[in-house]
Amino acid sequence: MSEYKSGSNLEKVLRAGHFAFTGECGPPQGANVDHLREKARHLKGCVDAVNVTDNQTAVVRMSSWAASLILMEEGLEPNFQMVCRDRNRLAIQSDIIGAYSLGIRNMLCLSGDHQSFGNHPDAKNVFDIDSMQLIHTVRKMRDEGKFLNDQDMDVPPRMFVGAAANPFAEPFDFRVYRLAKKIEAGADFIQTQCIYNMDRFREFMKRAVDMGLHEKAYILAGVTPMKSVGMALYMAKQVPGMDVPDSLIKRLRGAGKGKVAEEGIKFSLEQIEAFKEMEGVAGVHYMAIEWEHKVAEIAERAGVLPRPTV
Amino acid sequence: MIVAKQKAIQELIEMVRPFGKVLVVGCKGCVTVCNVGGAKEVAILAAALRIAARREGRELMVGEHTLERQCDPEYVAELEGMVDDYEAVISIACGVGPQFISEQYPSIRVFPGVNTQFMGGAETHGVWSERCAGCGTCVVHYFGGLCPIARCSKSLLNGPCGGSDSGKCEISKEVDCIWDIIVRRMMDQDRLSELIEFKPPKSWTTARDGGPRKMIREELVE
Repeated sequence: MSEYKSGSNLEKVLRAGHFAFTGECGPPQGANVDHLREKARHLKGCVDAVNVTDNQTAVVRMSSWAASLILMEEGLEPNFQMVCRDRNRLAIQSDIIGAYSLGIRNMLCLSGDHQSFGNHPDAKNVFDIDSMQLIHTVRKMRDEGKFLNDQDMDVPPRMFVGAAANPFAEPFDFRVYRLAKKIEAGADFIQTQCIYNMDRFREFMKRAVDMGLHEKAYILAGVTPMKSVGMALYMAKQVPGMDVPDSLIKRLRGAGKGKVAEEGIKFSLEQIEAFKEMEGVAGVHYMAIEWEHKVAEIAERAGVLPRPTV
Repeated sequence: MIVAKQKAIQELIEMVRPFGKVLVVGCKGCVTVCNVGGAKEVAILAAALRIAARREGRELMVGEHTLERQCDPEYVAELEGMVDDYEAVISIACGVGPQFISEQYPSIRVFPGVNTQFMGGAETHGVWSERCAGCGTCVVHYFGGLCPIARCSKSLLNGPCGGSDSGKCEISKEVDCIWDIIVRRMMDQDRLSELIEFKPPKSWTTARDGGPRKMIREELVE
């Protein structure tokens, strides 16, 4: 269908007006293909697309395009993540073409966590271009059929272009403008950072809607269920740009022994219900970190199954 | 200025251990200003080397000399004749110094006494921080007079990233998020519209990525 930008399942689902539900899958720290396939199978039929992370938190893993291919073999649609930390503009463009040529149709453009976080802190980083420029690059390649140097290419890669937004990072007042800038640069869809502070997110979305951004790109709200009080405290204190209200930590603590994980899931389900009603939110990006086996049950309880076929 | 930091004294002792005659050469430029490579520091390092040698029962002659600048051949020429009396030189100038000495006196062994850190300035007495990455094409006027290339951990031209937290960078609470400062300044200056403008990929040809750099000003070349 030529009217689509990429023709990906995610694009079709969103275009048809369905409330999208995407998942996430981190590639293994090695060549453990079986484990990756197993994680992928848990997500099959539960999500419209699966984000495949790219050396997330700067820890070396199987390359995101290779893991994306394995997910495709398992019948899932990948959302290939690409960070600017590890590639210059030559590698970026050739990887985009390569990923597209192998059948990948969605990609999420990110700057990437600084290497000091990861397991190779001695590495030299690249950051030849930033995430905004990456978005612009993928769009230029797709819509103009040109490389960054304005040279024509033969067959352009037709990607559905995604970008991230963190409504909770500072300075808060600028965040919605940065979202607007990413959409202007070429983002077709947005996946937000994990949301815990619903009031702050509501305020962010209100501003986005006032600017009409929800009509220019599909905004998917990021959700990660809290598995434990320890995880909540870690997220609150150690993860930059994460906003975990005390009320949530209190609620998890009050759940009692052995019941915290269920309370975390319940909170995430309440969030999904709220997002379904929230103006401008086109879907949910559910990041169940190393909890892929729980996603089917969660999706069922969230009332997002079966996933639409478009 | 170019800011440098002294190498660990033990490292320097090890470096010159095989030699009986060592000349410590300081520089009156940047490294004097940042209290690491001037005449005073030459005297301190020379004394430390002598003490270490005496403690180990080694014979060691340490000479001291401080040049006006080590980044000008005419000043480095002052060492002519002097270096012949030594087996090794420790330069405590920035990374330019030991190289200029090596280039002018190819037969002598030259060792760096400091680790060159960055181009920056003194925030307050005893505290220096980076300001310039020497990219060769200055753009600070687009960013409220501040440089995101040198001062953002990811050199973002369209920042801030999602890791900006309470004015600090995601890599450390000790590092200011320059984009936080840029955004606030631009908003205060009523320049939000400029900030929203897409900044295209930068050409790094004028930076180190274009290969080792050289500058020639014809009118000054004799």
